[in-house]
Amino acid sequence: MNTFLFGIYPYIAITVMVLGSIARYDRDPFTWKSSSSQLLRRKQLVIGSVLFHVGVLIIFVGHLVGLLTPIVIFDALGISHSAKQILAIVAGGIAGIMALTGGVMLFQRRWVDPRIRQTSSVADIAILAILLLQLVLGLGTIPVSIVHADGHEMVKFMTWAQMILTFQPGAAEYVAGAAVVFKLHIFLGLTIFLLFPFTRLVHIVSGIAAPFRYLLRPGYQIVRSRRQTALPESDKSKTTPAE
Amino acid sequence: MRIRAQIGMVLNLDKCIGCHTCSVTCKNVWTSRDGVEYAWFNNVETKPGTGYPTDWENQARWKGGWERTKAGKLQPKQGSKWRILANIFANPSMPEIDDYYEPFDFDYDHLKSAPEMEAFPTARPRSKITGERIEKIEKGPNWEEILGGEFSKRSEDYNFEGIQKEIYGEYENTFMMYLPRLCEHCLNPACASSCPSGAIYKREEDGIVLIDQEKCRGWRMCVSGCPYKKIYYNWSSGKSEKCTLCYPRIESGNPTVCSETCVGRIRYLGVMLYDADKIEDAANMENEQDLYDAQLGVFLDPNDPVVIETARADGIPEDWIKAAQESPIWKMAMEWKVAFPLHPEYRTLPMVWYIPPLSPIQNAAEAGAIGTDAGMPDVKNLRIPVKYLANMLTAGDEAPVVTALERMLAMRSYMRSKTIEGVIDEAIAARVGLSGRVIEDMYKVMALADYEDRFVIPTTHREQVEEAYDLRGGCGFTDTNGCSTGTSKGSLFGGAKQPLKMPTEAM
Repeated sequence: MNTFLFGIYPYIAITVMVLGSIARYDRDPFTWKSSSSQLLRRKQLVIGSVLFHVGVLIIFVGHLVGLLTPIVIFDALGISHSAKQILAIVAGGIAGIMALTGGVMLFQRRWVDPRIRQTSSVADIAILAILLLQLVLGLGTIPVSIVHADGHEMVKFMTWAQMILTFQPGAAEYVAGAAVVFKLHIFLGLTIFLLFPFTRLVHIVSGIAAPFRYLLRPGYQIVRSRRQTALPESDKSKTTPAE
Repeated sequence: MRIRAQIGMVLNLDKCIGCHTCSVTCKNVWTSRDGVEYAWFNNVETKPGTGYPTDWENQARWKGGWERTKAGKLQPKQGSKWRILANIFANPSMPEIDDYYEPFDFDYDHLKSAPEMEAFPTARPRSKITGERIEKIEKGPNWEEILGGEFSKRSEDYNFEGIQKEIYGEYENTFMMYLPRLCEHCLNPACASSCPSGAIYKREEDGIVLIDQEKCRGWRMCVSGCPYKKIYYNWSSGKSEKCTLCYPRIESGNPTVCSETCVGRIRYLGVMLYDADKIEDAANMENEQDLYDAQLGVFLDPNDPVVIETARADGIPEDWIKAAQESPIWKMAMEWKVAFPLHPEYRTLPMVWYIPPLSPIQNAAEAGAIGTDAGMPDVKNLRIPVKYLANMLTAGDEAPVVTALERMLAMRSYMRSKTIEGVIDEAIAARVGLSGRVIEDMYKVMALADYEDRFVIPTTHREQVEEAYDLRGGCGFTDTNGCSTGTSKGSLFGGAKQPLKMPTEAM
């Protein structure tokens, strides 16, 4: 069971996430969207959404860097395992509380406000509930981590994640002895990966791409042409109006 | 010089009777769907009033359009690209649906299904979003129809700036006009520039501004970016939508639905050639009152041999050049100077222009109550204050509006003299800087307004720029997702669960 959940399930979840997202982007781009409900009710969204998104982004980057950076790099930088563990607890704790506060505000709004409730799909409500549960589980690991302030448990999770990502067998053994709350947190996290392409979560990809697209776009305007052979350059170098 | 062609529109407000046929036909064709019940790609407002959505002209609040920074740089009023991206989680300048109105329908069925009762059954309103009962409708798409509501609210109209407005609240001095509004298909669209996804684009061949529904991610920056509030977020599909200038019709040489159905024949469609390289400078004039003139400077004379030659080199089809030469838009905007852009101070270089309305004057003038200038009433005494029109059409510069109104009065005066008294009075024409021949042309286009004078629309020549062989068997106009008919029973990825209702044979 342990081998399945932490040795095989990760591959299933990630495969579904990647292939599902590619299929959706290719086959059904019209459904690829953030599904904003700001138009229908602004109240509680501005603060809730900013808190939630900023918090989740900090946590996401924290997990990415924290789990996937090879431990030798931390050793080389002279960051002790316990220092890293403390940093993770403090930064993750603050960001987690931010995200949870914002998320609860968003969930309350979605559940109670008839305008939002009536226009939400089951997936919209469910995925928000799952994310909130995941945040609670994530914050619930803090008391356990404080007990292991030397960071040896954390190193196990890092090893597990890195072994999974580098296709090494036997990764699941590293989390076999972990506390239940950690196991639940990891399992639910993988499940979120699995659900990713079937929910509005796909907007995360666009949200990460948007700044690059927008900032790298020359000027502001976009003109589309059906022309298959380009016209000769005009005597002024810039043809896009207004920058 | 980079020449492009644009389909422009002119609306002759002097003839608008506020019948809303344009809005209703547009609604039936484009926005009778879930999520856009509240959206009117075309709407008609009674002015003075705060309009739809309420207070849309207040750019201090909605941050629409462009601004010239202290450093002299042109940037969206919402801020630099970084600033816009920072608002991606929640857009602080975006209107809520209540700023438009909560869409509603009535319980019509109750009228025939009600049991026998003491009171006559009524059809009570219901929200089209939640389906719940609305006890009192507090707003609609045309809430200030024919000066509805208190003057104190309507007078928050931005166009009263610099006007002692209190006297216009008095019954004797009140005035009104209609303002039909649609997407301006700007030369420098602020919606397109605020889109982080790059989903909004201007078409090279006809200047129509469209939203790529497959690239739109619902970041909503365009809704606040457009100063005319003519981008609508579809709460059902999660994408932004806007007026398409009925491009499938335009491409085949037909006028837009709003223009075709206009009862008052106030709408004109035609080609304008413009220099795309001049847009940036024209939108970035230091003084707001120079923006109208600057936009005139962007347009190119289609009869100039150099322009014709360059237009050919830039791939503009021959019949488009010919259409530009016969364009009613060119005549009204450039030759007669009777049409003006709506709020040029937004710096978007809009392409739907307006002929200001005349207002009652003659009776008062004949009674000797107001001054006349050699038989012609003084336009400064028009019931609608010139300053009000100037605030709307020329960033407050009264002189061009005065000239336009005088020319329209001269046209009436000249034609009255000709048809009733049988006298051709060239002096009337000369006084407004025109000739009798030009006035008769104005009369033909603006007063008689025959179909072929109103709509000079060349067909789109896709065959000249595309490999037509590759297009064979294509699916023509579709609503997203390629050739899909939208009749699938639902999608794994949360697409529409309800198949499109196709007309079926009546039993």
